[in-house]
Amino acid sequence: MDPAQDRAWGARTRAIHAGGRPDPTTGARQVPIYQSTSFVFEDVQDAADLFALQKYGNTYTRLANPTVAALEERVASLEGGIGAVATASGQAAAHLLFTSLCQAGDHVVASAELYGGSYVLLDVTLRRLGIETTFVAADDPQAFADAIRPGRTKVVYTETISNPAGTVADLAALAIVAHEAGIPLAVDATLSTPHLCRPLEHGADLIVHSATKFLGGHGTSLGGVVVDSGAFPWDNGNFPVMTEPVATYGNLRFWDNFGEYGFCTKLRVEGLRTLGGVLSPFNAFLLLHGIETLALRMDQHVANARRVAESLQADERVSWVRYAGLPDDASYALAQRYLPHGTGAILAFGLRGGREAGEAFIEGVELASHLANVGDTRTLVIHPASTTHRQLSEDALAAAGVGPDLVRVSVGIEDVEDILFDLGQGLAAADRVAGQTSEWSGATT
Amino acid sequence: MSQWTPPSAIERRDLLRRTRTVAVVGASSNPARAAYFVLSYLRSSSTDFEVWPVNPKGGEILGLTVYESLDELPGTPDVVDVFRKPADLPEVAEQAVAVGAGAFWAQLGLHSDEAVEIAHDAGLDVVTNRCLKIEHARFNGGLHLAGFDTGVISSRRTRG
Repeated sequence: MDPAQDRAWGARTRAIHAGGRPDPTTGARQVPIYQSTSFVFEDVQDAADLFALQKYGNTYTRLANPTVAALEERVASLEGGIGAVATASGQAAAHLLFTSLCQAGDHVVASAELYGGSYVLLDVTLRRLGIETTFVAADDPQAFADAIRPGRTKVVYTETISNPAGTVADLAALAIVAHEAGIPLAVDATLSTPHLCRPLEHGADLIVHSATKFLGGHGTSLGGVVVDSGAFPWDNGNFPVMTEPVATYGNLRFWDNFGEYGFCTKLRVEGLRTLGGVLSPFNAFLLLHGIETLALRMDQHVANARRVAESLQADERVSWVRYAGLPDDASYALAQRYLPHGTGAILAFGLRGGREAGEAFIEGVELASHLANVGDTRTLVIHPASTTHRQLSEDALAAAGVGPDLVRVSVGIEDVEDILFDLGQGLAAADRVAGQTSEWSGATT
Repeated sequence: MSQWTPPSAIERRDLLRRTRTVAVVGASSNPARAAYFVLSYLRSSSTDFEVWPVNPKGGEILGLTVYESLDELPGTPDVVDVFRKPADLPEVAEQAVAVGAGAFWAQLGLHSDEAVEIAHDAGLDVVTNRCLKIEHARFNGGLHLAGFDTGVISSRRTRG
């Protein structure tokens, strides 16, 4: 009848269409904003069936919402996952994931280069609740393996591209490490997006996104997503939370009742329902719009970032650049393997003249915005050691690859010549400081 | 007889569109069991199927009469949906063929080459290792509302 249903639609098509069929009631072509807390039941039996999970449907926006569902299906489709659960922010997504996998006494093995917010979630908030984390070198799969505590470690966690140090994860090697221990590999894929890397194809089981960044892409809306591959064997004995009866839902067992759909169901009906970090329908609407142009934007972000990285590297005022797309970068080989279409648009560099020069750089730019975000259409700059990563100790900063001189740039999609011009203004300002510093140093020796 | 291949998404959707009556073999009155969940979904307002639970114990589940065997059903089932261990599937397939069922459907996690051969050779549509509830929900909006990837891409207004 309709052979279209069996076609493997391309990613650019799915970025526009997945989850977004015309509204059945009104015919609206764009996904409507269902800005409603609640949805009326057909009758008493319908209400009871919905609450007992015996049918699918809308009850209350803390559990599910039609606009949010469109975003969830779209991201799941782009990642090649079975399903997704959207949250209020990327942090809420990580929180939902960790608290669904772990309870007090359990353990996480994570990259030491995690984004500062993720690091503090694990190192402070969840540690206080009895969930421990061992942080290991991002580029050392053996260190992940060595840190696993059999029976207690429930997840291996890393970022596709670390923020801001730029280390690329060896996803296939980490998947083997996790699976040999009978636990899932969860990956924060915020900086790569499914346009550049689909971690599930390399063995990861779960993905976390801050949709706030490149997915939304325009700096308008916070949002997060957890994506499940649907392939992890939750009945392997390590996850009683998936196989034991759930008293609050009539003693059903997530694995027995829902099979491969069980983990997403648990995330939603247990985690999201009780934790409450739910995405607003309006934000979902804006994020959906952003995703429609994900491929176009990412191609331009990547092209501009490469030009900026090469330009900075060639500039004698710059002491070092980290961008895995540069052939002499420590992550270059892994980037070629996992991110062949580009290594994202975040780069980090240090200035001759150190921290003071870095601060002068940030004060010296005009076009680039000084703010604490990445993945906007606009070029953004920040000094992480004094802002996003300020809560980390000096040791943790060193392990995260965030030196005091590090400046992070999220390269936007403006005309690249304008971006280069503006960063040049910053470099000139930094150089004046560096010059003063060296003159002053010279005078005292 | 041609070799059986697992039905494609469009074939599963068409099968469900043709379906009016479903026999659920191994229906359970235990609310924690998948067999109960699927039965409760099939008889909810999500579908317009006539649902006939089958279990040798008889009695009632969710207000529905439980038939002790397939040959006691009040009509011919379009689909025989089976919750029985794989070793029991060939016997159920033979019974499904005997009562003139349109399709033999083994639930998520269940498959038997022998049962597939019996049902397929007799001309029945055959689905294995899939959940009837999930497949129905995939094509009728339920899975979409729960954040799952339905694989459905369409700019047509009509559902399904």
